[in-house]
Amino acid sequence: MGHLSYLAVIVFVLLASTWLEVALRTRVYARWRRLALTVLPVLAVFFAWDAYAVAAGHWHFDASRIVGLHVAGVPVEEVLFFLVVPVAAVLTLEAVRSATGWQVGDELPGEGADGVRTTGGGRP
Amino acid sequence: MTYTQLAVVAVVAVVALDLAIVRTNLLRRMAFWTSYAIILGFQLLTNAVLAGTGTVRYDGADILGSSIAPGASPPFLGAGRIAYAPVEDVLFGFALVLLTLVLWVAWGRRGCQRTPYAGPPRVTRFTPPRSRDGAAR
Repeated sequence: MGHLSYLAVIVFVLLASTWLEVALRTRVYARWRRLALTVLPVLAVFFAWDAYAVAAGHWHFDASRIVGLHVAGVPVEEVLFFLVVPVAAVLTLEAVRSATGWQVGDELPGEGADGVRTTGGGRP
Repeated sequence: MTYTQLAVVAVVAVVALDLAIVRTNLLRRMAFWTSYAIILGFQLLTNAVLAGTGTVRYDGADILGSSIAPGASPPFLGAGRIAYAPVEDVLFGFALVLLTLVLWVAWGRRGCQRTPYAGPPRVTRFTPPRSRDGAAR
């Protein structure tokens, strides 16, 4: 069980965020190409940071709490973490947009959440 | 560079990306700060689990706080720590979240799967205060 403890944290983040796709219709996984183009650069940057930090001794991992697979000296859990957390961040932003109707900056002029016209008044 | 230095550089770089380079201006939006507040809560929770159990351990030479002896637990709050993890982790997380959302919005702006927009919720909708243009007030 101990070896799975970091993995359990990742599964928790996945479950705690994925329900938003259904309950708030975030349509994040539905836009998977845009999601991939967003998450992969983040993974690349933060994996590089992680690999440097491990090599430089900034931090290290308890071998009894990870499964033991490594990529460039970095536990595989970290790779999964840098995939799951950015997805959760996007799901959160889109959940806030869905729940409030607030714009995030990618809308066409006059459009808000789910395409409703927002200029000149509140949503229906 | 130390973790402290790298974390500060990362935040400055991503803020510059948002406000000056890509100009997504998420830092000026209520939607961003509301999302970040939610994410920060979850980050402190997962940090507490990972750092509190010693799954991740930090070298005192590279953080504002200090090293923790094997078997001992770091302070929950104070001595350069918040939720057992170095305060630098908050900067690390902020840079990660802001970079992610800058890219997400930038791709949408460029027309990459701009739609379908999120919503409407299946669960009960509430009516929050809102500004006409959706910008933070």
